[in-house]
Amino acid sequence: MAPTSSRRSGFSKKAQYSLFTGYLLAATCALLGLALLVLSLRQPSAFEPVRGLATDVVAPAGKIGAVTRSGSQGILAGIAGYLNAGSQNAELRREVEIARIRLAEAEAVKAENRRLKGLLGLSEAATKPIAVARLVGSSATSGRRQAYISAGASDGVKPGMPVLSERGVIGRVLETGRSSARVLLLTDSESVLPVRRASDNVIAFAEGRGDGLLRIRLVNLGVNPLKVGDTMVTSGAGGYYRPGVAVALIAKITPDGGIARLVAEPGATNYVAVEPIAQAAAVEELDEAERPAPARSASPSRKPEPPSAPAPAPSTAED
Amino acid sequence: MERLDPRARSDMYGRRINRAPSPLRARSVPYLTIMLGSLLPVLLIADLMPLSPSFGFLMLLAWRMVRPGLLPLWAGAPLGAFDDLFSGQPFGSAILLWSLAMIAIEVIETRFPWRGFWQDWFTGGVIAIVYWLAALLVSGASVTPEMLAVALPQALLSVLLYPIMTRMVAGLDRFRLVRARKLD
Repeated sequence: MAPTSSRRSGFSKKAQYSLFTGYLLAATCALLGLALLVLSLRQPSAFEPVRGLATDVVAPAGKIGAVTRSGSQGILAGIAGYLNAGSQNAELRREVEIARIRLAEAEAVKAENRRLKGLLGLSEAATKPIAVARLVGSSATSGRRQAYISAGASDGVKPGMPVLSERGVIGRVLETGRSSARVLLLTDSESVLPVRRASDNVIAFAEGRGDGLLRIRLVNLGVNPLKVGDTMVTSGAGGYYRPGVAVALIAKITPDGGIARLVAEPGATNYVAVEPIAQAAAVEELDEAERPAPARSASPSRKPEPPSAPAPAPSTAED
Repeated sequence: MERLDPRARSDMYGRRINRAPSPLRARSVPYLTIMLGSLLPVLLIADLMPLSPSFGFLMLLAWRMVRPGLLPLWAGAPLGAFDDLFSGQPFGSAILLWSLAMIAIEVIETRFPWRGFWQDWFTGGVIAIVYWLAALLVSGASVTPEMLAVALPQALLSVLLYPIMTRMVAGLDRFRLVRARKLD
């Protein structure tokens, strides 16, 4: 099929001009797009208000999607549970026995913990979440891994705050709208998080690889002490996350650390909690100190850069 | 006449006498469906890897290929700006890439005026793959080999979806031109 003949300009000056204007407009728009792209790569927060408004509009639809998603998960789990109920029953009974024993042990450990903390004079301050929200959407078509939650500036959510599920860390708030916020997930290839092994103080960084796994890079090189199955938790370095929240399980060992799987997968999560920045005063001071530095523009989208800024701190502590 | 054949005075767009297509519908349907294509993937929770190709871009491509001349040459810019609000890409990436895609299709069309389905699919496929790669490169993330590997299904899907999208757009085009307005 040939394109419609009306689109060929022929000798008509008017048609020629309108064709030319079309090309000119399109090229100008492309250049404008390029300028905006460079601007938003250098200064990711520049378009925050517009985007916040846009996600605010979509969030209600996302909420409905989230409800049906969790509902359908329940239905599938119900059917699967019904199909292998018999064998599961025996298995569960055995597991409950073991769990009871472990629970008793945990109670003992908890009591000892309280006693030791009392000796040290530490106060047990439970962090209260700022907001509890649903995950309403994500950047499913992009190479970036970002999610939208249904709580925003009107709930007190601010950029930089950690987002946790009941299992562990989900990510960090990147931008806020009035009633929605954009979250940088741990799996994004620009996300870096200081972690330590739960059992001892092996310190590392958990970096997103962009394919759903995390790369664990040890701070102290030498003999790799990690083993498959180790749990990594937040170390609290950088001041954004409170220490001791589960992040990932080591799945594979590499020379400089390991490859880890997420503990809290956002896709399987219904509700997330936005917590306040653990050491808000320290983080603010750090931001103030870094603001005049021109190096900001070099690393585009790691805006608040919680982990890499205080990176030397844990390593020197270890030495 | 009607009693003999009820469809005697109508065609695929409805009854012909005393009816005209609604101008509002005829103008808005392409834009609305492309915007809807940009919005839909947002509702998926893709925590590990990109799940779906950019439906907004595929819709734009299909409308442009099925109905040349309907969308103006600069239509990529405003529609791309809308897509940028939701896609998670840095703002401006779709404005740039969609505009470039529109110009590229226009140039290809002037160069090869006689086209067929297979050639259209080839053009659409190549443009979709180039768009996929360019969008990854300008996403602001450092592109790792693993990231490319998990995004590969996205490219494949966008090529395979092209015929389906064009069929869908053809259906939407019929809906667009239905004679809905009554002339008095």
